[in-house]
Amino acid sequence: MANMAPKKNEMPVQAPDIRNKNFSEVALGYTKEQAIDEAQRCLACKHKPCVSGCPVSIDIPGFIAKVAQGDFEGAYEVIYKQSSLPAVCGRVCPQERQCESKCVRGIKGEPVAIGRLERFVADWHIANATEKVNAMPKQNGKKVAVIGSGPSGLTCAGDLAKMGYSVTIFEALHTAGGVLVYGIPEFRLPKDIVKREIENLKTLGVEIVTNAVIGKTLTVDELFDMGFEAVFIGSGAGLPRFMNIPGESLNGVYSANEFLTRTNLMKAYKEDSWTPIMHAKRVAVVGGGNVAMDAARSAKRLGADDVYIVYRRSMEEMPARREEVEHAEEEGIIFKTLNNPVEIIGNEQSFVNGIKCVKMELGEPDESGRRSPVVKEGSEYVLDVDAVIMSIGTSPNPLIRSTTDGLDTDRRGCIITKDETGLTSREGVYAGGDAVTGAATVILAMGAGKASAKAIDEYLKNK
Amino acid sequence: MFCIKEKHILNPTVTKMVIDAPLVAKKAQAGQFIILRVDEEGERIPLTIADYDRENGTITIIFQIVGATTKRLNNLEEGDFICDFVGPLGKAAEVEGFKKVAVIGGGVGCAIAYPTAKALKENGAEVHTVAGFRNRDLVILEEEFKAVSDKFVMVTDDGSYGEKGLVTDALRKLVESGEKYDEVIAIGPLVMMKFVSLLTKELGIKTIVSMNPIMIDGTGMCGGCRLTVGGEMKFACVDGPDFDGHLVDFDEAMRRSSIYKETERHRYEESCNLFKEDKNNG
Repeated sequence: MANMAPKKNEMPVQAPDIRNKNFSEVALGYTKEQAIDEAQRCLACKHKPCVSGCPVSIDIPGFIAKVAQGDFEGAYEVIYKQSSLPAVCGRVCPQERQCESKCVRGIKGEPVAIGRLERFVADWHIANATEKVNAMPKQNGKKVAVIGSGPSGLTCAGDLAKMGYSVTIFEALHTAGGVLVYGIPEFRLPKDIVKREIENLKTLGVEIVTNAVIGKTLTVDELFDMGFEAVFIGSGAGLPRFMNIPGESLNGVYSANEFLTRTNLMKAYKEDSWTPIMHAKRVAVVGGGNVAMDAARSAKRLGADDVYIVYRRSMEEMPARREEVEHAEEEGIIFKTLNNPVEIIGNEQSFVNGIKCVKMELGEPDESGRRSPVVKEGSEYVLDVDAVIMSIGTSPNPLIRSTTDGLDTDRRGCIITKDETGLTSREGVYAGGDAVTGAATVILAMGAGKASAKAIDEYLKNK
Repeated sequence: MFCIKEKHILNPTVTKMVIDAPLVAKKAQAGQFIILRVDEEGERIPLTIADYDRENGTITIIFQIVGATTKRLNNLEEGDFICDFVGPLGKAAEVEGFKKVAVIGGGVGCAIAYPTAKALKENGAEVHTVAGFRNRDLVILEEEFKAVSDKFVMVTDDGSYGEKGLVTDALRKLVESGEKYDEVIAIGPLVMMKFVSLLTKELGIKTIVSMNPIMIDGTGMCGGCRLTVGGEMKFACVDGPDFDGHLVDFDEAMRRSSIYKETERHRYEESCNLFKEDKNNG
């Protein structure tokens, strides 16, 4: 008989007023008992609605049944068939909009905590697994190049390696992981976990070349000359966007990418880091996505007294994952929704000392279906801040498209793919993740990497 | 890891290193830059490519010891390794199709101006070089410049070597003596590039400057290197580093370059103290 408790098992977390001063992980994960209890809430529906909500189609009831039996390694094997990065996804997927949104238990009460269970299983495997699930597969002798070691690239590489391809990942930065290491902060996704997932890939035979900027150090065409028979482009989001309002060049205005890269990749949060960062006391983060939440919570941890999220729509339209918004609120982040910056103000030394905003109200729905915000006349005011972090998205990086003949991009600069396989206008060249869609989520990028791996396999088999 | 093949002290604050980096050397062109990280804990710093040798697979960098990282880099010797070295980044300087060009180098900026002067010469341009330094002790690359210049003018602020004066004085003199340039290329401190650009605007000569703002990734991700050029936001790492000097907002660039001055000074002193301790212990 299933556990009919209407609510999820709560996940233990660090207390908000303690965690907002450190960079250790916020959520602590289920205990064995909690995991089994939560797994018993699953009704094992025949039609598995949750699976249809998963971009990589993990057999969710299958792994949950194993957890309920206490067979955690068995559960890991079920997940690992579909996902190369379970410890990452369990932490960063927006489950409330994916698998959990389809869960039958969610109709009357809360859905099964699928994300927390995935995380538990992956962490259990890391801590306890003795034998390697992923022994080196039999090689088929074909070489595939993957550009970028973020979620789409790692997934594509992992899947191809499991099929026997010899895969090399080219990474522009000095560390592999892409947004998982430069973007998502330690307190949400410990870097040790990313490192371990990458080590896992290496045991599958995946080679990772860092400090290789494709489009500069090497071009896509040169990769083919080097004997790679297919190329997957997972180069990520690219150039940060700014609002084009006065004052964006003042000292103390950061893009979220810069602020997070300094903090995460370059470890500016550590006392002994060589990378400088401003330890601002009052910070405005502009935007309402996961990246904005990460930036706001990082600023708080770097010692800011007041951190504001300035977002032009309302709480309902906010694209960030629910749990991140809740965690941010608990940690004392102040939400200025229906507010929009019109100017950043500086002092005589050109350092930020305020942000001028206007209040907004929601009007008619726009093309995205969200109600578009309209300025309230005469509502202008100045928020006293000494740093502003712009977190309003990115536009694609020009380095690959400008050096690859015949690679079609749309008017925004995103790579055009023919269908969900990720095939581009160039034979043998596939693409996925933010380079195709513009800024999106880790799991969507993983889904794209997975689909391309399958397509590359079919292409090379028939070649 | 990238091996330091050669190290030469050019003057008390400027060092030249030849780095083994075959993939970068294969592609490098004048005007481009690299990003390096001295060791696992280090920050990423951009340095312009001073020379390259495709056959031997090496890149030459010339750097001024201005902060903690350049201090630590300078502490390495021949045979030591640099943790990360990535490039070539940025767009190459335009060097084709010119008849006569004036290349202006200021201080350590001469290290960046030199490969461009050399490339211009190789592409058939008549090259006039003006090299400016604060004083005689700081002079670098004089022989190298002379070898690729049809005319070479040395100026120092204090007159201890060459003519006394600023590079702008020398350039004005050349133009007033009847020299007609298709283009002026100015590479040096921001304030020098600003005043060269003001002068050439007055003289009506197209001017290219090489910007070297604060950067992290250098590949178009962080936006830290943004500049205002002709009223538009540009990223030095992917749109530059070369820009039209008449359109660059130099005052803003100068303000932005000073954002971490305090932290840097602090770190620099710390690293100096560390070396002192090392010496005392050794």
